[in-house]
Amino acid sequence: MASARELRPRIQSISSTAQITRAMQMVASAKMRKAQQATLMTRPFAQLLYRIQRRAATRVHEFTHPLLEVREVRKRAVILISTDKGLCGALNSNLFRLAAQFDPATTVFITAGKRASQFVARTRRQLAAEFPFGDTPRFADARPIAALACDMFLKGEVDEVKVVVTGFINTMSQKAYVVDFLPIGEIKGLKIPGAESDAELAADTTDYLFEPSPQDTLSFLFQGYTNILIYRALLEAKASEQSARMVAMKGASDNAADLIEDLTLEYNKLRQGSITNALLEIAGGQMGNE
Amino acid sequence: MASTLKLEIITPEGPVYVEDVEMVTLPGIAGQFGVYPQHLPLMTQMVPGEIIVRKEGRDTFFATGAGLIEVTAARVSILTDLAVQADKIDEAKAEEARQRAEARLREKLSDEEVATANAALARSLAQLNVKRHFHR
Repeated sequence: MASARELRPRIQSISSTAQITRAMQMVASAKMRKAQQATLMTRPFAQLLYRIQRRAATRVHEFTHPLLEVREVRKRAVILISTDKGLCGALNSNLFRLAAQFDPATTVFITAGKRASQFVARTRRQLAAEFPFGDTPRFADARPIAALACDMFLKGEVDEVKVVVTGFINTMSQKAYVVDFLPIGEIKGLKIPGAESDAELAADTTDYLFEPSPQDTLSFLFQGYTNILIYRALLEAKASEQSARMVAMKGASDNAADLIEDLTLEYNKLRQGSITNALLEIAGGQMGNE
Repeated sequence: MASTLKLEIITPEGPVYVEDVEMVTLPGIAGQFGVYPQHLPLMTQMVPGEIIVRKEGRDTFFATGAGLIEVTAARVSILTDLAVQADKIDEAKAEEARQRAEARLREKLSDEEVATANAALARSLAQLNVKRHFHR
């Protein structure tokens, strides 16, 4: 059994750890709210993009764009979006389990986040590029990722591009999922509840003058669409990272509190025991004198 | 007849400017053009440059990146990667960004990186132009 002298420093070190985990929990919850807020801020952009796309699409009957081309899949690229740091529970392991399902021989990875690059290197898969993104992803962080993926697709180096990312369901749960990125089927995943429905847009027969042409407008839109899709994926990854960290740190703080309680109880028992012993000795000595 | 039109400048990081204004001048792909209320419906691409907004007789300047413009009789919606109001531009920062972009261009780069650097250069130049214009 540990002596009281050994227990005291243990209690002290656990309580300072608990202080750190509590602070991290607080920081994570603030950052999570920020990431969620940023996701909401992309909505007006997505709505406008969708509206312009619908208007342009109704004007163009035969439209082909290299990014729409469906090819037989011989090689694919996977954009893997992970966290930079650990301490967020099983978030990354769940993500990598999903990423590991792609055949290493035909898949190249584009990673965002340090953990993802480490995973790719460790499992000896092919890494095409890695991109950093900080605690607060900016739109500028998303652009090069989307540009590289589009470029690889257009050059025929890969025949499809998928995004593997952790989705934010709510504070308590996050789920890794795969989403198709290229070829662009129909612009989807940006439909927003409350946005004008197709029927409403179809009823609106305003005759727009397109400059230079609806085709050009659509081509330009695809670029905007690929960028915003990646940007939203980055934000979602960040929100889930922070919420997972918040939960993990809450667990750690709770465990530390339990440990401190147990150790303090034991420490007090030992202290009481030694006091009782001392008293007994004094009483015994006195009785011997009498 | 309405004497104002609703202007929305929207970037992925949120709406930058949503106001009723009297007139707006935009850098279209075919050249700069002004929009008054009751303009014909128009969709066009926007090139990096400056947006001039007239509201209550006063002009406000924005530096902007490439984007799309949707014009209807009562509304102008601008979809762009970047839009910064002139008095919020930090000139030193924009200058620094321009130098970085130029340095990047001097290095040997792949086509795609050149395109990225060129876009960055165009954006910082647009910011600097607006800022200097604003101060004259």
